[in-house]
Amino acid sequence: MNEIVGIAYILGDDISTDDIVPSYTLTMRDPREMAQFTLKFIDPNFSNDITGKNIIIAGENFGTGSSREEAVNVFKILGIKAIIAKSFARIYYRNLINNGIPGITLNWDETLFSSGDRIKIALHDGIISNISKKKKITFTKLPVFITCILEEGGVLKKLLKNG
Amino acid sequence: MNLTLAEKILLNHSRIDDICPGEFIECEIDLIMVHEQLGGRIHVEFEKLGLTKVWDPEKIFFILDHWIPAPTISAAQMHQDARNFARKYQFIHNYSDQLNQGICHQVLPELGFARPGMLIVGSDSHTTTYGAFNCLSTGIGATDVSVVFATGKLWFKVPESYKIALNGEFKKGVMAKDFILQYIGDISTKGAIYKSLEFHAAESLSMDSRMTISNMAVETGAKFGIFLPDARLEKWLKFHTKESYNAMKPDENALYEKTYNYDLSEITPIVAKPSSPGNIEKIENVEGLEIDQAFLGSCTNGRMEDLRIAAKIIKGKSVNRNTRLIITPASKRIYQQAIEEGLIEIFINAGAVVTHSTCGACIGGHLGVLASDEICISSTNRNFKGRMGAPSSQVYLASPATVVASALKGKIADPREVL
Repeated sequence: MNEIVGIAYILGDDISTDDIVPSYTLTMRDPREMAQFTLKFIDPNFSNDITGKNIIIAGENFGTGSSREEAVNVFKILGIKAIIAKSFARIYYRNLINNGIPGITLNWDETLFSSGDRIKIALHDGIISNISKKKKITFTKLPVFITCILEEGGVLKKLLKNG
Repeated sequence: MNLTLAEKILLNHSRIDDICPGEFIECEIDLIMVHEQLGGRIHVEFEKLGLTKVWDPEKIFFILDHWIPAPTISAAQMHQDARNFARKYQFIHNYSDQLNQGICHQVLPELGFARPGMLIVGSDSHTTTYGAFNCLSTGIGATDVSVVFATGKLWFKVPESYKIALNGEFKKGVMAKDFILQYIGDISTKGAIYKSLEFHAAESLSMDSRMTISNMAVETGAKFGIFLPDARLEKWLKFHTKESYNAMKPDENALYEKTYNYDLSEITPIVAKPSSPGNIEKIENVEGLEIDQAFLGSCTNGRMEDLRIAAKIIKGKSVNRNTRLIITPASKRIYQQAIEEGLIEIFINAGAVVTHSTCGACIGGHLGVLASDEICISSTNRNFKGRMGAPSSQVYLASPATVVASALKGKIADPREVL
């Protein structure tokens, strides 16, 4: 889990869970079908555009709104390995960590990241390298409590292992 | 000690001796509320644990409210999965077949399940509503619900607290909704991420109003929105529960990260424009905008106080010919009381549609879905893009008084002018 390498995809501020998973898709039984509707209202082609990209870099208050964990699961299905945001909504952050996906809080601007950049995250060291832009950025390391959950691949796997 | 309400209640539910904001602790949960999400990801996640029972079937409150009665096959399927799970694990408080009960956040307190000092979690972000009853309550996702089902415990990061002192009384035509929209606008929808909002209100603030404020506390990003206990709460509890409880107050020298003071008599009608509850405007600046639909209902504003002021405004008048008004009481009990008080007849005579109690219209699920480019003024809590229907539809959030005043005129209107 320490090192995550991937391609960046940029999103804006205040992306809500309603944006990520519109309510009308919530009753779909097949999560893969639901994932096709990810961010449909923001970018109708998102589920295609995201192909080949696996690190989301977003603005403020990412995941604001409802508690629907589908808004984490669809990203998991689409192959997202980590989310970097200026700030996260509380429930969304928990849902990310509980599902074993690192959420990194970082104040960034356009000089640091663009869509398509190759990114390397060294989680334990608190360093993000933008390989495309040849830049290194430090972030506040995640608390040990959080990295322990991530190491196990999520809170349910941790529970299964440790009881 | 110098503890806030959140710190005190979390400490009471943990095995530690001292508590400090920022630390991670494990707490025992008094009650968990689940709704349709049980048939969504929760049952799928929980089954991964391979357990034959839940930790305590007495401490689970299960109700269906978002899509009831099921308007589509997929919703019906979701309900079936949820009901099957509840039967398999022998939930005691299972209201999934009592489709007329109402919206979870209204029904749970009405049935006496929200009592002071409790730590409650729920599969819905507006679980903060029970803060009105001096409960520490918050929304969680499906994985967290599965953990609680399995162990009865959950990890928490101890939040810093904001103290919000509410003094004075609302002027005519101004409601708790106007205050909470004002507050969300003042501090922004990310202004209290991971914080506990602690409301110190005057006894004159009604329980219905407190519920509206605690409900939308989450729209600031907050984890909790809890009120101090007082005589008004005591009175409410007498009518709703026979169980004992442990009302909690913060220490006198509790440490708050920020303190806010509001004189409620200075609050004026507020509208949140698309597509954020924090995008607020004074009514004067949006007045006159033509609307297609007005919606009064939801866990935020479908209570007696809301229906009474609506009836007062609309009695003997008619909804504008080019506008539709939909009214959804928040629960069966409220619906019945509104019938007894003659409010439903007033609404129907004025041309409103009165529906059974459900979350339907608020989430664009059913009973009031918007078409492309339609504009709706709504007493609900969120106006995100596509929230109530088509992605190009637009939702303006407002108080019940503003919603109904607008329905009369067919455009956004100031309730102070029609009261």
